Amino acid sequence: MTTTPLLRLADVSKSFLGTNALQDISLEVEAGKVLCLLGDNGAGKSTLIKILSGFHKPTSGTIEINGERVEFDSPRDASAQGIATVHQFGGTFPLMGVGRCFFVGAEPTKGFGPFKLFDKKLAGEIAVREMQSLGITRVTDGNRLVGALSGGERQALAIARAVYFGANVLILDEPTAALGVKEAAHVLRIIMQARAKGVAVILVTHNVRHAMMVGDHFAVLIRGQKADDFRKGERTREEITDLMAGGEAMADLEAELAQLQADA
Amino acid sequence: MTSSLPDTVGITAETTAESAPDVSALKRTESPLGRLRHRPEAGALIGTISVFVFFAIFGGEKFLAAAGAASWLNIAAELGIIAIPVGLLMIAGELDVSVGSVLAGSSMTLAIVSGHWGAPMIVGIVLALGLGLLIGLLNGIIVTRTNVPSLVVTLATMAGVAGLTLGLSRVATGTTSVAISPDPFSKAVFGQLIGGQFEVAIFWWIGIAVLVSVVLQMMPYGNWIFAIGGDKESARATGIPVTKVKIALYMASGFGAALVGVIQTILYNGAQVANGQSFVFNSIIAVVIGGVLLTGGYGSVIGIALGTLTFAIVNQGIYYTGWNSDWASLILGVLILTAVLMNNTFRRLALSYKPRSAKKV
Repeated sequence: MTTTPLLRLADVSKSFLGTNALQDISLEVEAGKVLCLLGDNGAGKSTLIKILSGFHKPTSGTIEINGERVEFDSPRDASAQGIATVHQFGGTFPLMGVGRCFFVGAEPTKGFGPFKLFDKKLAGEIAVREMQSLGITRVTDGNRLVGALSGGERQALAIARAVYFGANVLILDEPTAALGVKEAAHVLRIIMQARAKGVAVILVTHNVRHAMMVGDHFAVLIRGQKADDFRKGERTREEITDLMAGGEAMADLEAELAQLQADA
Repeated sequence: MTSSLPDTVGITAETTAESAPDVSALKRTESPLGRLRHRPEAGALIGTISVFVFFAIFGGEKFLAAAGAASWLNIAAELGIIAIPVGLLMIAGELDVSVGSVLAGSSMTLAIVSGHWGAPMIVGIVLALGLGLLIGLLNGIIVTRTNVPSLVVTLATMAGVAGLTLGLSRVATGTTSVAISPDPFSKAVFGQLIGGQFEVAIFWWIGIAVLVSVVLQMMPYGNWIFAIGGDKESARATGIPVTKVKIALYMASGFGAALVGVIQTILYNGAQVANGQSFVFNSIIAVVIGGVLLTGGYGSVIGIALGTLTFAIVNQGIYYTGWNSDWASLILGVLILTAVLMNNTFRRLALSYKPRSAKKV
């Protein structure tokens, strides 16, 4: 693998009406690696995702893909550069069939000219096959409504979709937050499968445990700034948790709680 | 963006080899009737059959005779031409209550231009249909630009267009009702009574239903409409031109309303300012009975057509029963509630539908 990261952010800042949501964020993600973006609520994770997926433009700073500077005017620009974002609930359509959902906006067609018809059969077959390639064997019918799938299966559908359409960078926004223990483990396995396919994964989460299971590289955001940046094995879980919660503040809180407990 | 099929095939082969093979074959054995249960129009079909049988029993031969059938088919055709695009909008998650005013505005346009002023029929027809497209365009632009709920936006255009129609008609002609004598060609295309009783609008309705059904079910645009109604933000993120699709759908509903305005004006040889307001609620009723989810993302053209038929049968059937027609609205109310509850049940059924050999991962 070359030393050029697939995606690089240099000093990216974003302010809304004078308030700094993000300040001088620099990050790198390599192909086939998982970068975990950790942070408490309001730390700026969502803003960063929106910048990467083309919903917002950074106020300053640059984004590079394969060493070339890029600017996204719309989510479409970002996805044209191979950046795909999967949201907490999969960003999928509960009342649509799996096949229809998989190909929204990129429907395969048959026939010619203005009479091109949506090839639903092919769409269903591909969707089912791609989900099976991520280990979802329970979905065998492309007409099955997405709303009938479990939370983990929906995540798998969204991830399969992103990978199928050539995503090089996969941004996963809290993919395990709404899931049970087993389902979450399954999604983590799917993340590793995407990683094995050479996709650069950005896993956004506040679950340190899940992050440590799959991450190669970690960045912690606190109030819009990058508080720490380290590789696998360089920090313990306690250190990370403390950092996310504001470092010493957490130790103080623990002492205070211990005191309260002793008093009771 | 192009698909990267070759990259993923290798993995498919190794992971599915032991797990997947014969489940899909098993599932195929479900009967057509079984599959229908998972379709949006399942409830609507039961509704149509039920009311038909009900009025066939209590309305007797007259209801079933050609004149009886014509009375509800005519109602269904005019309502259906408007209900289909209104239903598409609802599938895309939007409402349009301006259709009644558009209908009145376009009928008055045709009657004034080609009747009062004596311009060629074709000029009046084109202007009337153009007006429908224009108001639809306006609705679409306002809804997509402002994010004001579409019910409010189209309520505003409903009132605005009604006021304009009344005001301008009075200024132009001094009256609120204008006569027109259509030429034989326009009459044949828009306002003929086939066999003396079946409106030519029935064919317009069928044609539009087939066309729109193909677009919704079998073309990519249809998929976009479902996606927009399912989740607008996700749809936008996939690159669908959400704004353009919505504007196009509003223009379609404006066009549908204007077309019915033209049909009525030519059929009845005149137009009145107060025409058409009954279509506002009736179109929503037909669409909802037809299994379209009010909040969007689910529905079908067949369902909308069946909902329209159901509405028309109830609306006209009461006259054949010999009962006091005061009760028609009560029957309609009960029907709407029953239909919506039934549709909810069928939707839940569709959502819980799993292949029999399901196993948990």
